[in-house]
Amino acid sequence: MSGFAQNTFNGLVSGAFYALLALGLAVIFGMLRVVNFAHGAFYMLGAFGAYVLLSEAGVPFWAALVIMPVGLGLLGMALERAVIHRLTKLDPLYNFLLTFGLTLILQDLVKLRYGVQSSPYETPSLLSGSVDFGLFDFPTYRVFILGFAVLLCVAVWWVLTRTRIGMVVRAATERPDLTRAFGIDVGRWVTPVFGFGIGLAGLAGVLAAPMRAVNPLMGADLIIVVFAVVVIGGLGSIFGSVAAGFGIGLVQAWGEAYLSNFPLVSQTIVFVVMAGVLLWRPAGLFGREEAPA
Amino acid sequence: MRRTMGVAAASAVVVLVAGCGGGGPQSSGDQKLTGDKIVLGVLNDQSGAYSELSGKNSVAAVEMAIADFTAKYGDKAVTTDITVETADHQNKPDVANSKAQEMYDRKGVDLILDVPTSSAALKVADVAKEKKKLYFNIGAATTDLTGKSCNKYTFHYAYDTYMLANGTGKTTTEQIGKNWYILYPNYAFGQDMEKSFSTAITAAGGTVVGKDGAPFPNTSGDFSTFLLKAPNLNPKPDVLGTMQAGAELVNVVKQYNEFKLRDKGVGLAVGLMFLTDIHSLTPAALAGTTYTDAWYWNFDAKNREFADRFQQKAGTRPTFAHAANYSAALQYLEAVQAAGTDDADAVVKGLEGKTVEDVFLRNGKIRAEDHRVVHDAYLAQVKPQSEVAEPWDYVKVLKTIPAAEAFRAPSADCKL
Repeated sequence: MSGFAQNTFNGLVSGAFYALLALGLAVIFGMLRVVNFAHGAFYMLGAFGAYVLLSEAGVPFWAALVIMPVGLGLLGMALERAVIHRLTKLDPLYNFLLTFGLTLILQDLVKLRYGVQSSPYETPSLLSGSVDFGLFDFPTYRVFILGFAVLLCVAVWWVLTRTRIGMVVRAATERPDLTRAFGIDVGRWVTPVFGFGIGLAGLAGVLAAPMRAVNPLMGADLIIVVFAVVVIGGLGSIFGSVAAGFGIGLVQAWGEAYLSNFPLVSQTIVFVVMAGVLLWRPAGLFGREEAPA
Repeated sequence: MRRTMGVAAASAVVVLVAGCGGGGPQSSGDQKLTGDKIVLGVLNDQSGAYSELSGKNSVAAVEMAIADFTAKYGDKAVTTDITVETADHQNKPDVANSKAQEMYDRKGVDLILDVPTSSAALKVADVAKEKKKLYFNIGAATTDLTGKSCNKYTFHYAYDTYMLANGTGKTTTEQIGKNWYILYPNYAFGQDMEKSFSTAITAAGGTVVGKDGAPFPNTSGDFSTFLLKAPNLNPKPDVLGTMQAGAELVNVVKQYNEFKLRDKGVGLAVGLMFLTDIHSLTPAALAGTTYTDAWYWNFDAKNREFADRFQQKAGTRPTFAHAANYSAALQYLEAVQAAGTDDADAVVKGLEGKTVEDVFLRNGKIRAEDHRVVHDAYLAQVKPQSEVAEPWDYVKVLKTIPAAEAFRAPSADCKL
């Protein structure tokens, strides 16, 4: 029983990363209709930034947790203004290619300066112990990640459903033309929303630094699963992306624990689930069929 | 008068030519070297996961070997025209295959060096066999290079899965604990390592109480399911043996520390680790971990002298792959010098059965039966942070594994 609880807990921790990344992708897609392939690269930059801040300027984890998301969010906004918005009127493939190219450039720039070997990053001392849950004990840092991610998701949900900004964003996501007709300037929200999505990716990166290998390719490995998560949740669905993120984390952890005699199954289970969902509900679990234009 | 001048000039030329003939072992006029020069080809990963443990710095090591060879023989050298060609195989077998052909056919390469990643290494062995050109593999681990895929022109120089398993598996079982839990990446290298380790552990009187193949590549980066399982097995394992490499090894070790398995009585043994891996994890994260090393830069004065020269050139301390590339290039040049030709068959003949001693090869011998280059290996342990006296000095050598015991006996599968 304690084994099951531990595996469940771990699944939720992995899921927390998927949820944060998928949430950013979902708001960006909703507002800009851009599938941001560079999301994994910004996750990597978050982790790398934390490492560089600590090793070259002595900036601790807690400060990096604020500096990196804000800094990367601003960088994201600049990118949106400089290049991405120029292509939003064209076929979505153009932005897909643009962000893919950006990914390669960002990865190689980091590789050029810091090499391919993983960089060390220690767990902050405040969180390096473990918490006793009676049945089992669990690393404090993982408990922190889970709590932090859940809080953040709830906060985003609150902003989107209970504030005026959230209302505008949701309206602009669903019917941009109609929202404009009400005299709301949709365009001015596009850039901040893109920056916010990128900031979330950077935040996930900082959170990952103490428990994952920090190297230029860390985002490239993860982003494939995150795209599967977004598709399962329903492209552009904010609630769907979070729910699917945690769900896929659980499926992976249980798969590894209870299907370990069938390693090929546990390896592909995410994509099996994705294929199943697409057959059953082509728009994803929480997505809505696109209304004909 | 004109006639006497002509005779004098002609005899002067004759004297000069005769004088030259006594100098070098063979003059270039004999066409003993293809293209009158020697070309060494370094084919390895120059941008991916293995580019730091070998990569461009292995090219630097080969250049050092050329400089040392030229300095040693001076104008008695078989040639002073020795160049290096290099290419990035991106760890892809098909790329390795075409780059190797290009090197032998179009770049005039006499010897291909390094080639990490077993699948790529085996492809290049086939090319060497077909082209009848020499190939010294350094970076790859598979024992198939000296087993069913061996051939006359292929030599396996630095290490293999048997050496790693035999060193770490046997000694750790004897000295640290009998019960093992093995975690391996579920693909050719990992499965091969798991088998080699299980065999070595059982032979040393230990037991493998559990083993799991983790997804490869592990896209979630999470190994906690396996790490949580380990201390709850019955009987409880004394050692967790991880066969993961590179970034996946980093993930396993980070999470091993997160779940405090060492405090729960489960020690850590690593299948394959390079100096660069310890550097990226920091010695603090790995303190006490045992593994088998093919060479260590701060083992003795001779190694250290090489490491100092290497650092001047490359700006970092050498891994065993760098030292092995240096040694392989040097021993090839010595063999060409001795044979007086770069003809592959003549060089192979000179190499087979030869005993060799240099900075990398201690008690080295090039086996004629399967072209395995055997040499002393080392059981190493990562120092605690408090004992690390200078950058990159992360390891203490617990024991030298004699060349005769470090490698497997020639395999019956190998027919040269």
